Amino acid sequence: MNLHLKPSRRDILKGTGALVVAFSLTPPSEALAFVGDAALGKPVTLDQVDTFLAIDDKGMVTLYSGKVDLGTGIRIGLQQIVAEELDVPLANVDTIEGDTALTPDQGPTYGSLSIQAGGMQIRQAAATARSALLDQAAQRLGVAKEELTVSDGVITAKSGAGKVAYAELIGGKNFMLKVDPAAPAKNPADYKIVGKPTARRDIPEKLTGKFTYMQDFRVPGMLHGSVVRPPAIGATLQSVDESSVKDIPGIVKVIRDGNFLAVVTETEWAAVRAAREIKTTWSKSETLPDQAKLWEHVRSTRIVKDDVTSNVGDTAAAMAAGGKTIKATYDFAIHTHGSIGPSCAIAEFKDGKLTCWSASQATHNLRKQLAMMMKMQDADVRCIYVDGAGCYGRNGHEDAAADATLLAKIMDKPVRVQWSRADEHGWDPKGPPTLIDLRANIDASGNVTAWESEFFIPQGAAGMVDLVAATLSDRPVVGKLAPGGIVNDSAIGYKFPNIKTVCHRLETTPFRPSWIRTPGRMQNTFANESFLDEIAASLKADPLELRVKYTDPADKRGLEVLDRLAKVAKWEKRASPRKDIKGNVVTGRGVSYVKYELVRTYVGLVADVEVDRTSGDVRVKKVYVVHDCGQIINPNGVRAQIEGNVIQTVSRALKEEIMFDRGMVTSLDWASYPILRFSELPELVIELIDRPTEKPWGAGEPTAALVSCAISNAIFDATGARVRSVPFKPEKVKAAIQSI
Amino acid sequence: MKVSLHVNGKTEEVDVADSSTPLLYVLRDNLKLRGPRFGCGLGQCGACMVHIDGRATFSCVLPVTAVGDRKVTTLEGLMEGGKPNKLQQAFIDEEAAQCGYCISGMVMQAQALLNKTPNPTDEEIRRHMEPNLCRCGTHVAIMRAIKRAAVA
Repeated sequence: MNLHLKPSRRDILKGTGALVVAFSLTPPSEALAFVGDAALGKPVTLDQVDTFLAIDDKGMVTLYSGKVDLGTGIRIGLQQIVAEELDVPLANVDTIEGDTALTPDQGPTYGSLSIQAGGMQIRQAAATARSALLDQAAQRLGVAKEELTVSDGVITAKSGAGKVAYAELIGGKNFMLKVDPAAPAKNPADYKIVGKPTARRDIPEKLTGKFTYMQDFRVPGMLHGSVVRPPAIGATLQSVDESSVKDIPGIVKVIRDGNFLAVVTETEWAAVRAAREIKTTWSKSETLPDQAKLWEHVRSTRIVKDDVTSNVGDTAAAMAAGGKTIKATYDFAIHTHGSIGPSCAIAEFKDGKLTCWSASQATHNLRKQLAMMMKMQDADVRCIYVDGAGCYGRNGHEDAAADATLLAKIMDKPVRVQWSRADEHGWDPKGPPTLIDLRANIDASGNVTAWESEFFIPQGAAGMVDLVAATLSDRPVVGKLAPGGIVNDSAIGYKFPNIKTVCHRLETTPFRPSWIRTPGRMQNTFANESFLDEIAASLKADPLELRVKYTDPADKRGLEVLDRLAKVAKWEKRASPRKDIKGNVVTGRGVSYVKYELVRTYVGLVADVEVDRTSGDVRVKKVYVVHDCGQIINPNGVRAQIEGNVIQTVSRALKEEIMFDRGMVTSLDWASYPILRFSELPELVIELIDRPTEKPWGAGEPTAALVSCAISNAIFDATGARVRSVPFKPEKVKAAIQSI
Repeated sequence: MKVSLHVNGKTEEVDVADSSTPLLYVLRDNLKLRGPRFGCGLGQCGACMVHIDGRATFSCVLPVTAVGDRKVTTLEGLMEGGKPNKLQQAFIDEEAAQCGYCISGMVMQAQALLNKTPNPTDEEIRRHMEPNLCRCGTHVAIMRAIKRAAVA
C-alpha cells in the first residue's frame, strides 16, 4: 500500500509513471486523498510540497519540474538547488519534467526564468520539506530542532543523541504539506553544491548515442505521418491525386481534412517520399507583402493600440526648447528559430484519452491547445516532454504535436510526425519584423535632454500560438497573435530628464509570430544601444563613459559591470569613429549594456570587428562579456548560455533573414537561410560576477540583447558608417560605407 | 530487398522495402543506432554524419544501396571497449554539447580530421568543421574539445 514506485525514465516515456503514495507526515485519513494512480492522484498544484518532491525508501529524491531542459543545462541546475536545500548527494536527485499528469504548471520554459522563477518555487518546496523533516526528527530523537544537522540525507543530533535518515521518516510517503513561503532557505555561506561548476548528466549519453531525443522515441504499433504543406499561406486544396503515391512502398493512407493534407505510412522514409511526390493542386494565395517594401508595409499597418512603456518629464517641451535633435530609424529582420532537429511528436488515443509526446517548451499550454482543437476536456489530454533539439522559443514542436494528434485520431493508431527541414523553416512561427524610430535632443552644454522612441511591433503577448493543423483543418483556435513579451526593453534605464517610449501595436504582421530567444528585448536593445552610440558620436564622447554618465549612481551593480567591462576589454577612452581609418580592411570596437528588462540580469559587452570596406563583409573577431545574474547556480551552465547567446546572435545579426515572395517563405533550407559557421566564430572572453547572497536571475537570454548593437557600434567605429538594419549583410554595410 | 552492410565492425543484413531509402533511416530504424540524426535530409547540416571507409559522409542523402562493401562507422562505433574514445571523452570533459542534436555529426567530422591530422591548428579545425551546423552556439566548446583530444 505504501509503495512509492519511483518511475523510471522509460516508464515516464511510456506514459505510465509514479504510482501509489500513502502514509505521510499528516494523519492517514488525509493521506488517503492522494492514494491512487499518480496521473489521478499526485498533486500538481503549486502550493504543495508533494507537487515538486518525493523521497523514496532509499532516500532517492525525485524532482517534478514544470520547467524543462531545452538543452540549456537547467536540469542539473534545478537538481543542484534541490540537493543543496535538502542536503542530499546530488547524485540522489533525479528529475521528471514537463509531464502534465505529474509535474506542476510552472509556466512555459521561456523568458530566462527557469532558475529565477521555477527554481525558486522548487527551492521553497525543498526548504519546506527539509524543515518538516527536521521537525519530525526532533520529535523522534527527543532533541530541539536547532540541535540537528543534515548530511547526505541523514539528520544527526549534534549532542550525539542519535540520527535518522530522510528515507526512514518519509521514504515512499507523501509530505502532505503546503509550500511554506517562510520556510528558512539555507544560508548561501553554507552552500556546497550551488555555485560550484557541475557537470550535466545528459552530455555523456549524447556523446555515445545513448540519449533518447523526441526524434528517437517510438511507441508500439506506431505509424509515420507527414503533412503536405500548402505552397502558399492561405491556399486552398483543390485536388489530390492519390494514385501518385500508391506505389511508394509502405504507404498506408492519404488523409485530407479541409486544407490539412497528410500521408500516413509504415516507415519514415515512405512518409518523406510520399509528402514530396504526391500530386496536388492548390489555389493561388498572396497574403504577404512585397519583401522589398517590408518596412513601408510595417509602418502603414493599422495600429490597434499604443503601449507607453515609459513617460518621464515632457519630451515634447524638451525637444522644442532648442539644442540639437538627432533622429534615426532602425529595423530588424524576420527570423526563424532554426532548430537543427526539425520538430517531431507522437500522439496516441486510448479509451478516448490523448497522450502526446513532444519537445514542447510548454506542455501545459500544449495540452490546452490540443484539447481545444479536438474539442476534448483538458483532463483527457496528457502531454509529456521528451528532449528535442534546441528550440530557442516557440518553434514547430507544438504544431508537429497537433499534426500527430489529428492523424492519430483519424487512424486510431499512434502516429509519429517528423517535420522536414522545409516544414521547419517554412512553417515554424517567426520572430516578427521590428521597426523603430528614435529621436534625442542634446542641449548646448552637451547633455541629453530628451529621448523618444516608437516601436512598430505586432499586438499580443506571450500565450498560445495557433496550431497550423487546427487552422488548416478549420478546427478551433485561440485566434490571437502571440509574439511574446516584445515590449520589454523598449523603455530605457538611462537617467535622461525626459523620456517617452511608445510601442505601436500593429493589427497584423506578415507571418504567424512567436518568441525567439530574447524576443523584443533583442530588437529593442539593438535600436536603443546603437542610438545611444549615435548620441555619443554626436557629442564626440566615449560611448562607454556616456553609459556610465547616465546610469543611476545608486545602481552599483550596473556600474561595476561597466567598470569591469572596460578593464577586461582594455577599453581605450575615445570617441567613435576611430581617427586612423585607412586601408581596405579596418577594425573597430563597439560597446553595449543592458539591465535586462530594467529589473534583472546586468550585462556589458564589447565586440571587436573587422570590416572589408570594399565588400562590406563584417567579421566579429572577439567578444568580451561581463555578466551579473546574481547568485550563480552552476557557472558551467551560465558560461555555456553566454557562449550560446553570443554565437547564435552573431549569426542572427550578420546573416539571418527570412526571405519570402507574396505567398510563402522562400528560404526553406540552410543554403537560403545561412547561419554562422566555424570559420566565422569570434573568440570569447567571459567574466562572471557571482553574488551568492543575491537572488538568482536568468542567463538564457540577456547577453543576446547586446550582440547586434555592439556589432553595429563597432562597424561605425571601424568605418564611420552606421548600419541600422539587421542583418548586417555585406551589401548593406557596403552601401552605408559608400554613402558617408 | 535484402541489403548487406558493414556497420561498426559487424556485417548486418537488413530488409529494406524501398531501394531509394537513405542510409540514415536504415541505421536509425533497422539497426537502432541513435548517433546519426535527421537534420535536413539535404546534406546541408551534418547531423547525420557517419564515416564511410573513414571519410565523414552525409548519411541522409546516400541511398543504402549505394554503400556496397564500404565500412560504415557511426558515433556508437567510435566507442572503445564500451567506453567513449579519446575524442568523445574530450567532448564530455569540455561539456561540448548543449542540446547535443548536432554533436554526433560534429564528433564524426572531427574524428575524420584527427585520423589524418592528429595535431591540427585552429585554422585547420575551423576549415574542416565548416560543413557542420550548430544552432545552440556550442562551437567554441567544440573547438576546445577537439584541441583537447588532439593534445591528449
